[in-house]
Amino acid sequence: MRYRLIFAGQFVFTLAVAAFLMVPAALSISAGVTVSYFRGIRSGVTLQWIVQVWELYAGTILLSFVVAFATLAVTLLAGVPAAYALHVRGGRLARVVEELITLPLAIPGLAIALALLLTYGGFGDFRRSWLFILAGHVIFTMPFMVRSVLAVFGTIDIKTLDEGAASLGASPWRRFRDVIVPNAMPGILAGSLMVVTLSLGEFNLTWMLHTPLTKTLPIGLADSYASMRLEVASAYTLIFFIMIIPLLVAMQLFADREQRK
Amino acid sequence: MSQKSFVWSCLLPLVMVTAAFFLLPMVRLVVTGAEGPQGFAAYLAILIEPRYRATLINTVLLAAATTGVTLIVATIAGMFLQRHRFPGRAVLIAMLTFPLAFPGVVVGFMIILLAGRQGLIGDLSSRVFGEKLVFAYSIYGLFLGYLYFSIPRVILTIMAAVQKLDTGLEEAARSLGAGPWAVQRDVVLPALAPAFVASGAIAFATAMGAFGTAFTLATNIDVLPMLIYTEFTLAANFATAAALSVGLGLITWLILALARSFSGSAVAAAG
Repeated sequence: MRYRLIFAGQFVFTLAVAAFLMVPAALSISAGVTVSYFRGIRSGVTLQWIVQVWELYAGTILLSFVVAFATLAVTLLAGVPAAYALHVRGGRLARVVEELITLPLAIPGLAIALALLLTYGGFGDFRRSWLFILAGHVIFTMPFMVRSVLAVFGTIDIKTLDEGAASLGASPWRRFRDVIVPNAMPGILAGSLMVVTLSLGEFNLTWMLHTPLTKTLPIGLADSYASMRLEVASAYTLIFFIMIIPLLVAMQLFADREQRK
Repeated sequence: MSQKSFVWSCLLPLVMVTAAFFLLPMVRLVVTGAEGPQGFAAYLAILIEPRYRATLINTVLLAAATTGVTLIVATIAGMFLQRHRFPGRAVLIAMLTFPLAFPGVVVGFMIILLAGRQGLIGDLSSRVFGEKLVFAYSIYGLFLGYLYFSIPRVILTIMAAVQKLDTGLEEAARSLGAGPWAVQRDVVLPALAPAFVASGAIAFATAMGAFGTAFTLATNIDVLPMLIYTEFTLAANFATAAALSVGLGLITWLILALARSFSGSAVAAAG
């Protein structure tokens, strides 16, 4: 009896927490397709707000994808080889480098953005292009890629595989391409999902780094929250949800599969 | 190419990117902080100047309250979800972790929908009490936003930690006559301490440094990130903004480093 009471109490509490998180998301989704949020869903269902968001903010959505995939490309090209180097070299230097590239996670994005602005604000063409935002996103997401790949290296015997291939006469580059990368694939994929998801939603850095001509989706969201009617802001948020849900589901499936191994 | 030089060339792109877009800018930030009229004393202003100190205290209190409440809420829910199997459990977990990928701005909008001028709480309170309750655009709204932001993260950490607990210890305590509360207090909660420290530090550091939620709710909420933002963009006071953000970065880094040395696991802030 007492056990059931505790169970019921915890269950209701957990439901209340889920409601706190989900009710506003549900309100936002419904407001995005309602003719008038003030009059409620009875006023009718419409896609006009979504269309309006697309007309106003399509550019931000496209730029977000461009930045996210460019960030992914840079973190792959710089992060995966670096993770390999850090793993095989080991020792104090590797720890220091890992510590340094993880530092951006411990420092508020606002501070990193200010630092970038103070250093490169004078380089007009760079400052005005989306590459400036890319630089910030790369710094912010790099640790996720490197650590995700390092975690995989920790679970497989890379050294034996590498030496085996070397004894068969494979060059370092060939071994990296044909032995190391295929073995690191789970880490590379998990890291990639993380990098793209984080880049698509990044605001703290991007708000300081953007210009009126380089607005990403979260910048557009902040803009619509401040100046558009609630239905438009909600429709825009709905588009963001639709973009990130597949990424979240993929991440979850991936984590489950890794856990079962 | 020899193996050794290949390894070095693998590291080179990362080192170049990090040096150019992180290390160099951070050095510049620290130097700029000391370039104001006060010189290096600007770094003490965060503690001495009454206005900055009040903001710092405000921010720390807000972050501490967020951390405390998040830990309590997430422990109750996380323990429940990890220890019981019932229909709908997977859906409930999905609901609790879905907001993980929300940026701060979206969290701010969620709070506006809950407690803003057209919000649900105001709507209900005006029907029941005849008075519209609106608190989204204040520090209470920000507090609610940080709870929204950190609860999913902390729940995940707690669930993972509960899964690793040795249930044998609890059974032993029960067989020795300990009641359910005593088992929780003396066995379960101490075993979860590292998870509390790790996830609490993340919640604290995030609540100290997050900017998006406060920015969406109101620009006049008196917290450190908003102060830095207004000093930089509105007052164009670069030196003060730099000094304050170096201070803020040091605080969040220190908290996470302390938590890491205590709990032994990697800790990072988000948001």
